[in-house]
Amino acid sequence: MLRRIRALIIKEFFQILRDPSSLVIATLFPIFLLCMYGYGISLDIKNLKVGLIAEDASEETKSFVFGLKDSPFFQVEEAKDPRMLAQKLTELQIDAIVWIPSYFSAYWQAAMQQKEHPKAPIYVVTDGSAPNTATFAQNYILGAWGNTRLQLAKSNDLAVTFPVSIESKFWFNEELNSRYFLVPGSIAIIITLIGTLLTALMIAREWERGTMEALMATPVTIVEILLSKLIPYFILGVVSVIISTVIGHYFFDVPLRGSVFALSIVSFFFLLVALGIGLLISSTSKDQFNAAQVALISAFLPAFMLSGFIFEINSMPLWIRIITYLLPARYFVSSLQTLFLAGDVWPLVIQTAIILCGFAALLFFIINMKTKKTLD
Amino acid sequence: MLKRIIALVRKELQSLLRDKKSRHVLIFPPIIQLLIFSFAATLDVKNVSLAICNEDNGKSSIELCQRFTGSPIFSNVKYYDRLKNAEEALVREKVLAILHFDSAFSSRLSGDGHSSVQMILDGRKSNSTQVILGYAQRIIDRYNEERVELSSTGSLPAAIIQRNWFNPNLIYQWFTVPGLVAILGMITSLTATSLSVAKEKELGTFDQLLVSPLTPLEIMIGKTVPGIIVGLVEATIILLAGIFLFKIPFTGSLLAFYTGLTIFVIAIVGIGLFLSSISATQQGAFMKVFFFISPAIMLSGFATPIANMPQWMQQVTVINPLKYFLIIARGTFLKELTLIDIMPYTVPMVWISLFTLSAATYFFRRKLS
Repeated sequence: MLRRIRALIIKEFFQILRDPSSLVIATLFPIFLLCMYGYGISLDIKNLKVGLIAEDASEETKSFVFGLKDSPFFQVEEAKDPRMLAQKLTELQIDAIVWIPSYFSAYWQAAMQQKEHPKAPIYVVTDGSAPNTATFAQNYILGAWGNTRLQLAKSNDLAVTFPVSIESKFWFNEELNSRYFLVPGSIAIIITLIGTLLTALMIAREWERGTMEALMATPVTIVEILLSKLIPYFILGVVSVIISTVIGHYFFDVPLRGSVFALSIVSFFFLLVALGIGLLISSTSKDQFNAAQVALISAFLPAFMLSGFIFEINSMPLWIRIITYLLPARYFVSSLQTLFLAGDVWPLVIQTAIILCGFAALLFFIINMKTKKTLD
Repeated sequence: MLKRIIALVRKELQSLLRDKKSRHVLIFPPIIQLLIFSFAATLDVKNVSLAICNEDNGKSSIELCQRFTGSPIFSNVKYYDRLKNAEEALVREKVLAILHFDSAFSSRLSGDGHSSVQMILDGRKSNSTQVILGYAQRIIDRYNEERVELSSTGSLPAAIIQRNWFNPNLIYQWFTVPGLVAILGMITSLTATSLSVAKEKELGTFDQLLVSPLTPLEIMIGKTVPGIIVGLVEATIILLAGIFLFKIPFTGSLLAFYTGLTIFVIAIVGIGLFLSSISATQQGAFMKVFFFISPAIMLSGFATPIANMPQWMQQVTVINPLKYFLIIARGTFLKELTLIDIMPYTVPMVWISLFTLSAATYFFRRKLS
């Protein structure tokens, strides 16, 4: 029995190597994804371009302008023409406009004398068509303003207008580098690619070409066929996890604070689930094209959009949040991010392993039921 | 000549709609993608679960806790008696952040006049938690302002006034859905075009086209037009969904939008033809389309800004037609862009179309001769 399985596994590997599109899915595409999330896609807004019009040159505004220019978050460009800056903001060339009007000092003096007089304004304009960038720009500028206010209050003998301040600490990712959670999450996508898409494609291809029936006419049993189909993709999956972890950790400096053991456990179970889905898809849609379609829509797209990998699940509407509970990728991504950035959180690891194991068991049960009817 | 082209286009459209495979690809996925993308693809921060550990229980800390609980953003506030339990909840991802008042908070506030509250945030979701810190800071700022107003000493006579142009309330869907017009238009026209040619090759009907009175140029035109029509129809459906379903204002010129859309779709169809001219099967064409679409979307500025990418990657995005049409789509929706405004973005797409259509023609000629 082992001899036959071994022979089939070797045949499977040859098939993968010889077909260009499966080779790309197994090797190039995962590497491409890793490079994207390691180098390219970043949610971190670090170099904000601010256009500044300072029509007022008083001491007060000087310290704010200095604070902006000094900050590592901003690249300040001073200008005189508001229309040109408005044009640049519209065309995405700058991220925010800070305008200190000429009547700033006049208002300042007036507001010092009378409490009811409107305060001296500093206008901050951001591009709302890119809401995430706009929010970050506003927060950073408010932060710079906060520092300036402290200095101004002291030098003017005024009450320190922020009696309460926040002392913040970001756990697990002090550098606030989005790459640190994107790269671990991308492992889930890579496993889905190999475990589900590739598997479904290759097996459906055998059905389409009729070679599956030919296999069934041989002395090989159904169990041996299934095993020989799954083991090569399992091995490929394991290899891809190892390579992704190594590249992520040594190349992209993503910390690996958890143990390799815990990582192996959750990856093992998710790989089983991915393979199960791939097998199920290929046995229901026995043609390649359909299999690829279904695999993309039911596995790849959810793993990408709905797993919490890049988009926060809590920010989605309730009906989508409920759907994500049915997605194995969601649990896997959460434990990946935890294992890489936080360390071994055993309650979470065990919970994930059990849930994924449950999914795998359900999938193989369904496959078992379907296979009885259609094979032999 | 025109009659022959029209006949070919009609046949193409008919076979597209008749074939079960293409029907499935062209109808179901876009609907699912529209629903999921428009609601799931958000970097907005909502329904935040916050842990509050108030070891102080003085008047000021209770007041602040109420403000956090009352805020619409922190919709899920959990109280913990001990910091350790809150920290465990954070590690287990049950809460995104912890607000911690130590036991001396209120006494410091009344004594020294200032005090700090501790906030621990989950760096595993650093994008969301940075936004959360910003919200928390604003709640605290407002509390501080009011506290100082109440006391008799003067407060700083200056303030920042914020304005968000084009999308005053920062509604995330105003950013995503115009982008979806571009993305779904691209996916459908690309799949329709590449499938049509590959299927003909597979079935052998391509050779039959050769013995018809059609010239190679007419065949090319006949193959591109259906893809363009499909792309235009798809984009229009999403446009209407955006305006009527998502209530996104369309402030720019419709002419500019459709001009940009047409040039974009032509560029995409060119790519589809090129990809299918180098594939032998429908399956192969589909996979090549997938391999093109994934980086095209990631590197287009759809979800993450191109400005965040390293310089060399930003250079690569120059050949991505999606990047230009995204700007046109978002601009005509939100920024009142007109035909003149979008010109700088249409020119690169024209170049791309010329290049891909010529490449596709070249490959076709080789196969046909």
